Amino acid sequence: MDGMHDLGGRQGFGKVGIVPKASPFQAAWEKRAYALRSMAAQLGLYNVDEYRHAVERMDPRHSVSASYYERVITAIATLLVEKGVTTKAELEAIAGGGFALSHPSAGGRTNAADRKSFQRGERVRVRNDFVPGHIRLPGYIRGKTGVVMYEGPLTPFPDAHAHGIEAADEPTYDVQFRSEELWPGGAEQAVIHVAVFQSYLEAVA
Amino acid sequence: MASHQAPNASMEQRLAAVERVLEVRAHDKGLSVDGTIEMVEEKFVSENGAKVVARVWTDPAFRARLLADGKAAIAEFGIGLPAIQRQVYVLENTPAVHNVIVCTLCSCTATTLIGPPPNWYEDLEYRARVVREARTVLQEMGCPVAPETEIRVWDTTADTRFMVLPMQPPETIGWPEDRLAAIVTRDSLIGVARLSAAGG
Repeated sequence: MDGMHDLGGRQGFGKVGIVPKASPFQAAWEKRAYALRSMAAQLGLYNVDEYRHAVERMDPRHSVSASYYERVITAIATLLVEKGVTTKAELEAIAGGGFALSHPSAGGRTNAADRKSFQRGERVRVRNDFVPGHIRLPGYIRGKTGVVMYEGPLTPFPDAHAHGIEAADEPTYDVQFRSEELWPGGAEQAVIHVAVFQSYLEAVA
Repeated sequence: MASHQAPNASMEQRLAAVERVLEVRAHDKGLSVDGTIEMVEEKFVSENGAKVVARVWTDPAFRARLLADGKAAIAEFGIGLPAIQRQVYVLENTPAVHNVIVCTLCSCTATTLIGPPPNWYEDLEYRARVVREARTVLQEMGCPVAPETEIRVWDTTADTRFMVLPMQPPETIGWPEDRLAAIVTRDSLIGVARLSAAGG
């Protein structure tokens, strides 16, 4: 989905607020949220792609105004309601107030029927795919051409895995792009590497 | 948020509610949030990445093993990867190439080497800007890159992970491994800081 989470290349942002050696947690509850996410993952109630998609499905206004760990807690709570572990009413009763959750999921999809293997050095094009569900394709490479640097390990296909759809695990390819080709006339010179699932790629004729 | 939504409870209260509904399931599996905090504080630390870097600087054979197969090489230290993370690629900074890591879609990190991501890594500013104006962002972050040095940005969009291998400060050549490890910072493992003998 073309959601607010897909940030690469968006303009209008200010400076990065780096504080060297700062704790990754701004408050005690944030460390607790980090640990809770790790613990919940071990309970096996949902997989990592379902989790990421639950973050992406937050209302855009809520998403951009929330801290990272508010997004974490919202996603976990959404999945626990969707999986029938609890209800929104129960969560709100325990919390003693509102508990905004993510919007419902749209459909997913299985692997591309015509996916193929690529060799190191091969030029590839990222398919011009638009899907309503989960996808691990950053919008800034859609339709763009790059060069395969290496083949990565077999990984569950996110577009299916986030939606409980059967699919084969597939390799990801490290694809190298030039920033000047991603944003012609609108980027500083750099090489951009993106890990791209096989189903997102097609050969350049 | 829809307009009929009641004002949200505080984050502490919402967190406590989620924790409560998972309590019985967690207990049945011998898990708890407090126990997980202990695990995180012990295992998800950038000191792990620092140890790996110090070994690279002192052991050329280890450097070759690490660059060839990161997952196998860090296992020599007893460092593993969380189950979903399939492989870790180590990116070597040189005078000619400066590598920097981001996750534009969320905030994926090699947690067992770098620790939980710093806030700025999760922030919208870094995720939006570093792929498109890396040189300016690095300059602003206190890590200017020479004009003749190529910048490579690595977007963590799949379940492979990255760690930057920072350049060793020349005045530290010959130091013992533990002293070297002490100067390696978390931010240098992401590629937004350079190292000095005095420590980051």
